[in-house]
Amino acid sequence: MNNQLSRPFLLAAALVGSLGLYSLTTRPAVVAPDADNAGLKLPAGFGALVVAETGARARHLAVTPQGTIYVKLNRPKDGKGILALKPGAGGKATVTGGFGSYGGTGIYAKGGYLYASSDEDVYRYQLDAKGEVTNPAQPEKIISGLLNRGEHESKSIVLDNAGNLYVNVGAYSNSCQEKDREKGSMGRPGCPILDSAGGIWQFRADKANQTYGTGTRFATGLRNVVGLDWNAQNNQLFVMQHGRDQLHDIFPALYDTKQSAELPAECLYALTKGANAGWPYLYYDPVKKQKILAPEYGGDGKKLADAKYLDPAVAYPAHTAPDGLLFYTGTMFPAKYRNGAFIAFHGSWNRAPEPQKGYYVVFQPFQNGKPSGPWEVFADNFAGSAEKVASGRADHKPCGLAQGPDGSLYVSDDKAGTIYRIVYNQK
Amino acid sequence: MFVKKRSALLVLLLLSSGAAFAQKKPVAKAPAKQPAAGVSAAVLAAGKAVYTQNCLSCHQADGGGVDGLNPPLSKTDYVLGDKPRLINVLVNGLRGVDIDGEPYHNAMPAQTHLTDQQMADVLTFVRNSFGNKASAVTVGEVKAVRAAGKK
Repeated sequence: MNNQLSRPFLLAAALVGSLGLYSLTTRPAVVAPDADNAGLKLPAGFGALVVAETGARARHLAVTPQGTIYVKLNRPKDGKGILALKPGAGGKATVTGGFGSYGGTGIYAKGGYLYASSDEDVYRYQLDAKGEVTNPAQPEKIISGLLNRGEHESKSIVLDNAGNLYVNVGAYSNSCQEKDREKGSMGRPGCPILDSAGGIWQFRADKANQTYGTGTRFATGLRNVVGLDWNAQNNQLFVMQHGRDQLHDIFPALYDTKQSAELPAECLYALTKGANAGWPYLYYDPVKKQKILAPEYGGDGKKLADAKYLDPAVAYPAHTAPDGLLFYTGTMFPAKYRNGAFIAFHGSWNRAPEPQKGYYVVFQPFQNGKPSGPWEVFADNFAGSAEKVASGRADHKPCGLAQGPDGSLYVSDDKAGTIYRIVYNQK
Repeated sequence: MFVKKRSALLVLLLLSSGAAFAQKKPVAKAPAKQPAAGVSAAVLAAGKAVYTQNCLSCHQADGGGVDGLNPPLSKTDYVLGDKPRLINVLVNGLRGVDIDGEPYHNAMPAQTHLTDQQMADVLTFVRNSFGNKASAVTVGEVKAVRAAGKK
């Protein structure tokens, strides 16, 4: 989450932090990486610590300018769908409470409010000067009735700088087949799912009681987006799409298991109002670097799709499930990271029987609001070992990303519920 | 029926400690060393071939499924319990049903391209793999469910 307000608060927080620590230790109030960097593999100069173990399915998270962490849980734990964590010594944090009885994915802090989503609705909570929610039991319901048909149900949210809120409404289907995921079933003509899902919807962030129908379909032809963020340099919404699955299972005569594991790419899209990324009529082939006509709509693995659809900004390995996107605006990390994108790849399942892939956080360089140069794996080994990556039986699955007031990068894990904090300590 | 469920539960309890131990292993698990009585190696081999081609990409090589998306096939009453209900999952697919209290969000497509023999083989394989041990599913049992038709 981007924080424009952070500097004065950071100063205040640093002062408070050092006073608090003074009584405990004579050492300065630094964020201390764990001896094993929380099990992560990081570039030189970076360190990581486990901020907290929530033991819950931690989806997205937000950090306020004062350092309070709010974590959205996929399913409520002990009746709490949002956990509040207060900063403690050495950069760690403690779960101090929770609120919101609903499960979900989206959470975002901006302009004195905390926004959170269930799989149908979006709420907002007021934050006070200490970054604490003042009305945990009585949030304002700003959007209700978003479509949830069980598949691709999560509703990720982000705000721009003009008072608009963007929410993903995923397609309740893999590839808009007549019979979802059934072998040989063809695509529904003029895919009717796109009328109500498979895109990004735009609402006002400050208006109560908006209904699904009053929102604007901002972009379409997006199968399912979980990670999304607003790029303030280019004033543009970027989203990560989860590409379609099971080309071999559904069309075994056209795709073997190896092709099915490598197709299609997971794509980053730069959206403008009215954009159409072409799902379900196409997929993006990262080897050919082309938009390929989907087999459900007459494709054979080679025929190109209509060129009118949006090209991806960047393509990443197939099926690695990008669940978090964050433009880094902090100053803690070296200059090359500033205004670039971090992407949390939750990890694949649908590459089987080929080895699985992902379970890492990637860095994508940007210049002037556009992707610039090759991406690299930034934080690896969430899975715990190469074998656990290959089998898909990862210990941790990175999901959400947030930026702390000091420029730390926070990562949530919805497998074991670990909250990570990555810092740069080299001068 | 009640007795059958009881015995299935007993098998489940007996297997659960071993299954939990084996869960850490990433490799595909071979069928249980001692399949249920009357289950031949030939049927298990035929069932494994059907599984690899039609089931593995979602339910995975170890039968463990995928968190929140595709349910596991081990240690679940859906696999070890009532056979017509299990056969019906292949005949009609399954969607929006919690398994042992957990939601799974992907649709399970109907597998009607499989023959009666293939359905019987793959279900027998699943009921005797991944730490499971339960009686074979016969072609006759599959035929009966398919004859009853779509729900």
